[in-house]
Amino acid sequence: MLEGKVAVVTGASRGIGKAVALKLAKDGAAIAINYNGSREKADEVKTEIEQGGGKAEIFQCDVSNFHACENFLGEVIKKFGRIDILVNNAGITRDGLLMRMSEEDFDAVLNTNLKGTFHCIRFAARQMIKQRSGRIINLSSVSGVVGNAGQANYSASKAGVIGLTKSAARELSSRGVTVNAVAPGFICTEMTDVLPEKTKEEAAAGIPLGHFGKPEDIAEAVAFLASEEAGYITGQVLCVDGGMAM
Amino acid sequence: MLEKVKEIVAESLGADIDTLTEATSFKEDLAADSLDLFEVVMAFEEEFGVEIPSEDLEQIATIGDVIKYLESHK
Repeated sequence: MLEGKVAVVTGASRGIGKAVALKLAKDGAAIAINYNGSREKADEVKTEIEQGGGKAEIFQCDVSNFHACENFLGEVIKKFGRIDILVNNAGITRDGLLMRMSEEDFDAVLNTNLKGTFHCIRFAARQMIKQRSGRIINLSSVSGVVGNAGQANYSASKAGVIGLTKSAARELSSRGVTVNAVAPGFICTEMTDVLPEKTKEEAAAGIPLGHFGKPEDIAEAVAFLASEEAGYITGQVLCVDGGMAM
Repeated sequence: MLEKVKEIVAESLGADIDTLTEATSFKEDLAADSLDLFEVVMAFEEEFGVEIPSEDLEQIATIGDVIKYLESHK
């Protein structure tokens, strides 16, 4: 379905990013695996894709760095010749009560989650408008849609991603490039593993479908928005959260 | 250079090359919006190996302006 397409997935060494990379590879796309710190995990993802008959390359980049992103996406274009799909997934959390949150923790989360998304769109969109086609999928969060106590920084960054998604969708629509967001709820990843057991139980109780989701649940939604079939959808936020935000 | 610039404009903006002159204005005559202008500038940058910063775009309204700009930034 995605044969001949090139997909860039940021933060693809673990969690949702890894599931997205594997799914898009399974659908036939060549994958640019981006990671920042986990080189070994990125290698494992590459190996898994290649064992499944797919194609993948690894690119290290801290997406919070504007110029590093320019180099990163330039390298991807040099290597693969095009970019058809960009999945802005790289994200971090620094949870804490608003009144105790340091400026550093606020900035770090905004810099990676929101600015990182801007940076990658900034340097990939040029290639996409030249191609007259492209799919950009940004990972937001239910936290950005309805807010979450203890995540002022994270929810601000993820709400920002929604605004960025809609503006980019409007700017790029005339060139055949669609831009959408996927807003996961509680998904079983390392990011949620660290939550205390009690918090997890309380969280599950607030989910209409009653349980945490899997990274693969998000990957399916991303793969749909990346497909040819989703060509008439742009500027949308697709919540994949067991019904948390309705 | 005029011919090359005209070629790029015709290709980027889908204009008829025979109608283009140095006086042709991107916005007035070719109804180019800001994204069109970005694309045509991107094509000039690639063809002529220059970088045209956003703040210089104000100086560029017509095909003649492009040639003037490229000649003074060689």
